[in-house]
Amino acid sequence: MKRCWLWLIVGLMLPLQALALTGEEVMKKSQAAFLYPGKDFKARVVMKLINRDGAERIREMTMLRKNAGEAGGEQKYFMYFFQPADVKDMSFMIYKYPAKDDDRWMFIPAINMVKRIAAQDKRSSFVGSDFTYEDVSGRDIDDDSHVIEREEKVGSRDSYVVKSTPKGTDTDFGAKLTWVDKATFLPLKEDQYDRKGALYKQFNADEVAEVKGVPTIVKRTMKNLQTGHRSEVAYLKADYDLGIEDSLFSERFLRQPPRKWVD
Amino acid sequence: MLRSATFCAAVLLALPAARAEVTLSGFLQQNTAVNTVTTNPDGRHYKWLEERAQIKLDATGGAWRLLAKGDLAYDHLGRQDEAELREGYVDYTASNWDLRIGRQVITWGVGDLVFVNDVFPKDHEALFAGRPLEYLKRGVDAVKFGAYPEFASLELVLAPNFRESRIPDARRFHLFDPMPAVTDRQTIKPDQGEVGLRIYRDIAGVDAALYLYRGFQRTPAMRPDNMTAPTRITYFYPALSVYGASASGRAGNGVLSVEGAYYDARDDRSGNDFAVPNAQTRLLVGYQIQPLEDLSLGFQYYVEYMHDYGAYRAALPAGFPVDHRWNQTATLRLTQFFQHQTLRLSAYASYNTSNGDYFVNPELRYSFTDKVWGALGANLFGGKRWGQFGQLAEDDNAYLQVRYEF
Repeated sequence: MKRCWLWLIVGLMLPLQALALTGEEVMKKSQAAFLYPGKDFKARVVMKLINRDGAERIREMTMLRKNAGEAGGEQKYFMYFFQPADVKDMSFMIYKYPAKDDDRWMFIPAINMVKRIAAQDKRSSFVGSDFTYEDVSGRDIDDDSHVIEREEKVGSRDSYVVKSTPKGTDTDFGAKLTWVDKATFLPLKEDQYDRKGALYKQFNADEVAEVKGVPTIVKRTMKNLQTGHRSEVAYLKADYDLGIEDSLFSERFLRQPPRKWVD
Repeated sequence: MLRSATFCAAVLLALPAARAEVTLSGFLQQNTAVNTVTTNPDGRHYKWLEERAQIKLDATGGAWRLLAKGDLAYDHLGRQDEAELREGYVDYTASNWDLRIGRQVITWGVGDLVFVNDVFPKDHEALFAGRPLEYLKRGVDAVKFGAYPEFASLELVLAPNFRESRIPDARRFHLFDPMPAVTDRQTIKPDQGEVGLRIYRDIAGVDAALYLYRGFQRTPAMRPDNMTAPTRITYFYPALSVYGASASGRAGNGVLSVEGAYYDARDDRSGNDFAVPNAQTRLLVGYQIQPLEDLSLGFQYYVEYMHDYGAYRAALPAGFPVDHRWNQTATLRLTQFFQHQTLRLSAYASYNTSNGDYFVNPELRYSFTDKVWGALGANLFGGKRWGQFGQLAEDDNAYLQVRYEF
């Protein structure tokens, strides 16, 4: 009889335990909502690189993504550039693996060559912007330890504030704080601190829209506070679950971008 | 013949083109290269001096695509071929095969300015005269058929006419000539076409490819009519077949590439005709890493091995420079971006350990705006007087390229 009570108490406590998310679980859910929704995804991406003096440069591309399986797993990315003129017709392909370095390929139209490129530096700038490769395609959750610092509102949205600290020493940032929307799990903003503890990069989700019922960040900004340079990104014609074939992510289509998907 | 076929196809395309998406783009460019050591053999100070305009038409409708890219240039050094069709082809794309007909640029292999299986025509003059990299490649008039079954991808290239590589012009470049007294010279081009096949696929994360080529040497060989008292020299393109393979994949923190090929000298399998390059095996190993943000480094080791070396030495006339049996070259490329990748510093260096030949090309390139970029660089050569780069030792030049794109 005593044992029955014990089980009842344990049984009552379990759901409570399950409701309280850990920092790691929040970040996992956030990555799933931010970088993995749908089986596949397509968007026309317009990127504005704006320097301290307000001078603008434009990068424009079609970005295609396909998931191999569950959120957090392997993904394939395909990018085709429209602007600026000197990178027009260039295409770029990434096979992203969660726990090891990506495979990357680039097609250089000037000499009609497909080149495999080294990719160990995930903290490198993505096409000259303030976003790194990891900001675009995700950083391995296990590379950092995550703690929920507090909960607070961003505008009207209730959010978790998660502090992520790198486990290794190979990063440019010492820690980052992410405000994760409790309802959608999208990152609403993020503060990145350098290794000395000074705030140096700020991410902001400027606009969230529903695409096929999926809350999607369609406008975002990354600002480097130390250089005054910022990058604003807009996703146009965003769409999910289009049935993008696996064969798209191949040398054939790097050399000859598929009109069906690239617009 | 092929050009008119392209034209006919273009006209036929005009019908569905009513629904096609058409884009026009292009650029205006100024390109100056000035000698830094001495004048050209013809006494001029410039290696290259021209204004150039390119128009590119790209029309797509359903499975069809037409691309035409043409250049118009004004060459201050008096070259006549100022109008050129760089590329002009029609594509048809089906679900698991495609076809491209017309003038097209084809690049095979994994080398960086080292060509093992890339047997298609180059413009070596463009590279040495400080022109933008895209002018290194010349289009071929060909039919290219691609097939993509499950087990591998295939690319078959059929070119009805041979197109040679462009070698530096003797009026602009100081070239080694073993028989300078002979002025009567003629060139004979092959009257046959060529065929190439590439089969490629992924094998456990490695990009692997096989290459087969049956055609001709791209650069001419020379044959005097008489060895003791030559009066006439004939340039010709010896028959050549190439059988090769390449692999490229991740290794450690970088990308490792390996490429090899056997060059079958079909015109001289015994190796005792001194005018025909001997059969060779070529091997290339390359490694590329990115040690820091926006910095990449590429290393290559390249070796050529001459088969039938004894026959070559026995047949070589007295007074001709002697090639080594093993010919080894190391190359290094450094690329560093600054200012959100609008400023690029790069350097390419090649050094031949067998004969001391070298070629160095540093370059600084800056995008002033999204439409205007400029590059400032230099080409430096050295080595033995008859070496590939050594003969160009007096041709060192500094160049400026400025382009407005629209």
